Amino acid sequence: MATLRSEIAGIVTSEDIVRVRHMVRDAAVRLSFSLVDQTKIVTAASELARNTLEYGGGGTVRIDELADHGRLGLQLIFEDRGPGIADLNQAMQDGFTSGSGLGLGLGGAKRLCNEFEIQSKPGEGTRVRVARWK
Amino acid sequence: MKLGEFLLVSIQVDMHDKLALALQQDLTDRIAATGARGVLMDISALEVVDSFIGRMLANTAAMSRVLDATTVVVGMRPAVAITLVELGLSLNGVRTALDVERGMQLLRAAVRQPWEEPDGDTPV
Repeated sequence: MATLRSEIAGIVTSEDIVRVRHMVRDAAVRLSFSLVDQTKIVTAASELARNTLEYGGGGTVRIDELADHGRLGLQLIFEDRGPGIADLNQAMQDGFTSGSGLGLGLGGAKRLCNEFEIQSKPGEGTRVRVARWK
Repeated sequence: MKLGEFLLVSIQVDMHDKLALALQQDLTDRIAATGARGVLMDISALEVVDSFIGRMLANTAAMSRVLDATTVVVGMRPAVAITLVELGLSLNGVRTALDVERGMQLLRAAVRQPWEEPDGDTPV
């Protein structure tokens, strides 16, 4: 698997969520994703960026444009050093929220992508990796 | 923009969360101040509606209902609609129409027959 391009952005304010949406949109356009696929990965990025900000206290996203045996894909890795998630199964359920959101972020982002991985340790932070392939 | 007894709102920029909340607040204030009976929200310029914006639309519809106004959201892009459903957001309680013209028809009908709420307008 080859990385065609990679960039990292900080997520510290709510304006950064908009910036992440635009960066992910630009990457999806570069990879010639269909309009629906662009919209899905950008929406997933928006949900995860907001989680990073609201629950992780801010963090970073790495946006990787990938090529694997001729297949093009977009991988997003969100990392924060926030309080972490004690019960991952519970956090993945629709409707569960510890904050003011709708509780659709993690489950919704998973449905909008082809690959989804989450690692979290209480007190150490959370790392979410998603990927969508063309 | 005010048109007769209706308020027209066209969202033209990719809003950050605080801006979306400010719009919701501003719109609610304007409904109260003008006594508008209907609100038409044009979201045809929005390339993304995530759960936050979706919630703002649903909240605005609910608040306007309490203030005796009907909200119709128009112009949602097909890719946005597909994504919203997959995300798990069905926008219960939000009336939608394909374009501004149909939205206006819906608003006029709702104002004429205030007691006959169409299906799907049940409070969230």
